[in-house]
Amino acid sequence: MATGTYERVELERELDGFLAEAMNDGRPALKVEGLTKRFPRSEGKRRGFWRRRPKFDALAAVTFAVEKGEIFGLIGMNGSGKSTLIRIISTLLAPDEGQVEVFGLNVEKDPGRVRELINRVAVDAAFFKVLSGSENLRYAARLYGLSPRLARERYDGLLKRIGFDPKRLRDQIKSLSRGERQKVAATRALMSAPALLLLDEPTTGLDPRSKREVQRVIREMRDEEGTTVLLTTHDMEEAERLCDRVGILHEGRIITIGTPAELTARAGGAGETLEDAFLKFTGAEWLGDENGG
Amino acid sequence: MTIKARALREFWCSIGFAERNFMLVKRYAGWEAVFLTYTVVSALTIGLIGVGTGDTRLVMFLVIGAVLWGYLSILFHEVSECIAWERWEGTLEYTFMAPVKRFTQLMGNALYAITYGLVRAAVQLLVCALFFGISLAGANFLTAAVVLVVSSLPFLGLGLACAVLPLLSRERGSQATHIFQALILLVSGVYYDVSVLPSWLQPFSVVSPATYTLRAMRAAVLDGVGLADVGGDLLILVISGVVLIPLGFACFVLGERWAKKTGKLKIDG
Repeated sequence: MATGTYERVELERELDGFLAEAMNDGRPALKVEGLTKRFPRSEGKRRGFWRRRPKFDALAAVTFAVEKGEIFGLIGMNGSGKSTLIRIISTLLAPDEGQVEVFGLNVEKDPGRVRELINRVAVDAAFFKVLSGSENLRYAARLYGLSPRLARERYDGLLKRIGFDPKRLRDQIKSLSRGERQKVAATRALMSAPALLLLDEPTTGLDPRSKREVQRVIREMRDEEGTTVLLTTHDMEEAERLCDRVGILHEGRIITIGTPAELTARAGGAGETLEDAFLKFTGAEWLGDENGG
Repeated sequence: MTIKARALREFWCSIGFAERNFMLVKRYAGWEAVFLTYTVVSALTIGLIGVGTGDTRLVMFLVIGAVLWGYLSILFHEVSECIAWERWEGTLEYTFMAPVKRFTQLMGNALYAITYGLVRAAVQLLVCALFFGISLAGANFLTAAVVLVVSSLPFLGLGLACAVLPLLSRERGSQATHIFQALILLVSGVYYDVSVLPSWLQPFSVVSPATYTLRAMRAAVLDGVGLADVGGDLLILVISGVVLIPLGFACFVLGERWAKKTGKLKIDG
């Protein structure tokens, strides 16, 4: 894990001064404490005067911290609460209990400033599909207070690093392949030089080469700009390759946190992969082994 | 960041929204041409009702109603549907996660709506003027321009308040917005004087800002009256705007808070 002070990209933004101090103040980049979020069940008997459905815990007392410049992975089954957690950190969802701090700023009390510091790449990146890549990037630049000149410099450089053919930038997003779209999405997120980058299964569905290119740029952003990364993924190999530490989220709860090596050691040691460790920790071992299949 | 720098930043953010919408208009140019043609032809067919009676003033009365309603309904529609439309595009979460003040986002869409509405209204008016041989020599253009600007305020406010509805309920929210727009059309005297409405509907015309807009605009264009003569209507429109814009925005903020609590922002596409 990269530690120490960092040279961050200065993009003439309001919080550049705040960030310059925050990067070296010893606090974690992301602090999640006792985070709980409940949603009504889609099925079940309605109760009470208002005829409400019973609720379930999408997240239950989740607590962890991500250090500055760390790539922290969160792995979990479908429906374990990973995306809910990312949404809360992104200020899109309000928690029911607990709190989240991004560089010391509370996401509920100071959402405007938190939004200046973060960006997100979702599993299905959202674009205006009839607009071109360059039009989408220009619009995104406006939202993040970047001048067109500065934005162009940033995204030209990023697209080159990520292996995106610049000629395709004028094409409508809907004509790009999934891999190309995710590269534009990653560029869009990195263009604003976020202090905290939230990656919600960003390489799902990508071919191996595109996956490696995106992963490489993520690592470079951390190494060169000190970007802190929270990555949710199903890809255990990706988690092992990229992440400094990994947390396992199961049914809304953090089961365990550690480096990939620590997790495999805790799960059983030699010969175990992170995937084996994950299955053991979540009690979801592959029944085929037991049945001789 | 100084207040000036912050204001400039928000201004350029709002320009970003307007710019984005115009880029989309360019991409959907074919459909835009279709909608414009339909709007212009609608105004012509409505004006022809007056031609049928042989009453030139009636032709003007109807054309003013059609053109002005075209502008106001675009203004209302574009602001009230800006959230629904982002949801349809799947970009709602991305936009809401960006460091843009919500007021800036809504004003950026309003800026686009006003510009777009004015261009369409100008084309409609020009075509109608040529088609019907309308002379605007007697019109008071200053009064007409002031009425247009002032009447935009309450419609912006109504649009802001309705923009939250698709956040609360994806389909029903949009449906409610369209019904609301239809009701304003019914009670505001767009194609008739409000006195012809049934007595039980007339109170609703009193609370519709479009009623005063249409009355003042017709007085300015048909009779060439000055600002003082429509002062009463202008005052009502200003007060409506001053009340409805912050009220509409407050409704939106409350709705957004509820949507974040319940996870409604997640539903998109």
